[in-house]
Amino acid sequence: MPDGATPVLDVKNLKTVFATRSGEVHAVNSVSFHLRPGELLGVVGESGSGKSVTMMSLLGLLPSPPADVREGSVMLGDRDILQMGAEDLRAVRGREVGFVFQDPMTSLNPVFTVGFQIMEPLRAHMGMTKAQARDRAVDLLELVGIPDARRRLDDYPHQFSGGMRQRVMIAIALACDPKVLIADEPTTALDVTIQAQILELVKELRKKLGMAIIWITHDLGVIAGIADRVMVMYGGQVVEQGPVREVFADPAHPYTRALLRTMPKLHGEREPKLRVIEGQPPILGRHPTACPFSARCAHSHDRCTRENPQRRDIGQGHDVACFWDHRGATA
Amino acid sequence: MTAKRALVQVRDLKLHFPIYGGLLRRQVGAIKAVDGISFDILEGETLGIVGESGCGKSTAGRAVLRLYEATAGSVSIDGEDIGKLGSEALRKKRPTMQMVFQDPQASLNPRMTVAGIIGEPLDEHTSLSKTEKLTRIYELMDAVGLNRDFANRYPHAFSGGQRQRIGIARALALNPKFIVCDEPIAALDVSIQAQVVNLLEELQSRFGLTYMFISHDLSMVRHIADRVAVMYLGKIVEVAPVERLYANPQHPYTEALLSAVPEPDPSLEGQKARIVLVGDVPSPANPPKGCNFCTRCPKVMDICRSVKPETVEVAPGHSVACHLIAQQSTTGRTGGTGAEHKPMTNQQGEVA
Repeated sequence: MPDGATPVLDVKNLKTVFATRSGEVHAVNSVSFHLRPGELLGVVGESGSGKSVTMMSLLGLLPSPPADVREGSVMLGDRDILQMGAEDLRAVRGREVGFVFQDPMTSLNPVFTVGFQIMEPLRAHMGMTKAQARDRAVDLLELVGIPDARRRLDDYPHQFSGGMRQRVMIAIALACDPKVLIADEPTTALDVTIQAQILELVKELRKKLGMAIIWITHDLGVIAGIADRVMVMYGGQVVEQGPVREVFADPAHPYTRALLRTMPKLHGEREPKLRVIEGQPPILGRHPTACPFSARCAHSHDRCTRENPQRRDIGQGHDVACFWDHRGATA
Repeated sequence: MTAKRALVQVRDLKLHFPIYGGLLRRQVGAIKAVDGISFDILEGETLGIVGESGCGKSTAGRAVLRLYEATAGSVSIDGEDIGKLGSEALRKKRPTMQMVFQDPQASLNPRMTVAGIIGEPLDEHTSLSKTEKLTRIYELMDAVGLNRDFANRYPHAFSGGQRQRIGIARALALNPKFIVCDEPIAALDVSIQAQVVNLLEELQSRFGLTYMFISHDLSMVRHIADRVAVMYLGKIVEVAPVERLYANPQHPYTEALLSAVPEPDPSLEGQKARIVLVGDVPSPANPPKGCNFCTRCPKVMDICRSVKPETVEVAPGHSVACHLIAQQSTTGRTGGTGAEHKPMTNQQGEVA
């Protein structure tokens, strides 16, 4: 991974607020991150941590109202996506940034053939003729490992299994050779053995195509296997970010540490009792003035409830948003 | 746990859902969701059932409680064959066997209060007075860690983890002996999963409960179960005590399944030899001839495509249904049919 390379995507202070009947929901609070060329950034967090909303905000995929992307900039190369008009935005989506969604059943249109859906972006963005697009679609299906590709183009989504449908989704996202691929929980709806197939496929595609990937998941195991860097989100904020080995070997935020410990292991000693994180995730009713994790944190003190900690660098590209110093700690 | 008796005995249980077709809607086939499974669950233990979606694990759980009428086979709970009970006798039996469902959203009536939901089994099966009932409801809410003040709230006011606690309290209301937990944590966040699993374990030791714990989460099953049964396409392919199964899986499917679980440790992930299975699970309406796993098995032999493997006990409490194992243990019986496909000269030499 070229360390000093200019990022393909640079997000600064992104803030998204939803207007609901019972008041505002501050789903994303000052999220900043970057993505280098060819890198795989894993984004982990529980439901409601803001990981999906962050990525949807980037590409203006959220309906407004209720969503309002209030602040921040999203630089794709030297252009700010948040300042783009509808036409430019349309050219970015699908052409420069591909998106793979969680549920392969609902994100494919059931009344169009798979071939039509792969050819659609090719014809819209690349100006290909029908014949060219069809050839390219065959190549893409072969690339994602669907046997008998040419014949399968005329099949409908229901004729594919869950794993195969997710392969089709990946083929569509890759159709126009995007610089960035955003995958939102792409394997969560799949069985473990099928998930293993998709993970192998992604590893292979990275080697072949070299695009940068943002991979959203709640499964730390998946991240450990494929990511270069990991970003942990909680309560609409980034609480920790760093190289994947660094973060797993020496997690700095109490939330990351607790999360890693609550997961039962497949090997080694069986713990008699699982460790838990007591309490519930926060309700994001207003702009945070305290650390979102403070109510559940074992290391919280009064400062944590008065002030929202900012991310601070702790070396080797690893940063954490916490006042507590984890070094030398055992818990 | 050697002296413990089997609370639940399942013998050759089959559950086939008929497929109707043609002009006259005649039965044209069957989905063999559960196709001849046998196992025991000992009193006070947790039997984990693992497998991928569509392998029949949830159907098996429901059939064990006779929520579906079994096509063939028998289930006896506490010495009574529940398949033969009449409707009144079955109703009397119901309090001893309960279920916790996967989706706490869908399994709670949105128009009933928490007290109503937890109290409904008490209305149906006991003749407690109103105050006695309320005392019992409060007791149950305490047991599962729900605040008593919330008794008159509706399910929508609770988070997923709390809703699952309501479902557990309802299952506990009639002092059951046996609870089928059908993916009770699958819909919950990681940090909430641990809370619910700890609660289930605590209740088990407090009330001496016996669990059948159905899950696709292999790490969690390793934590909670005493013994584990692995299902594939309606059949149990391997049963073993939990430590043994995870340390020494014998069936190629169990091996592949375990190797497919991603581990939250980048250094382990790097060196792990992952067995990636090709293809998908075949349709249970048309399972392959021979071994059900033969279409995806990395160690498939000729015999697997024609003959169904017998279940063989490889060690006390550890049974496997695979031709590889059958051959290793009884070289003589399967004889020459599969011998040339496996390097097993040593055993053959010994036998000869």
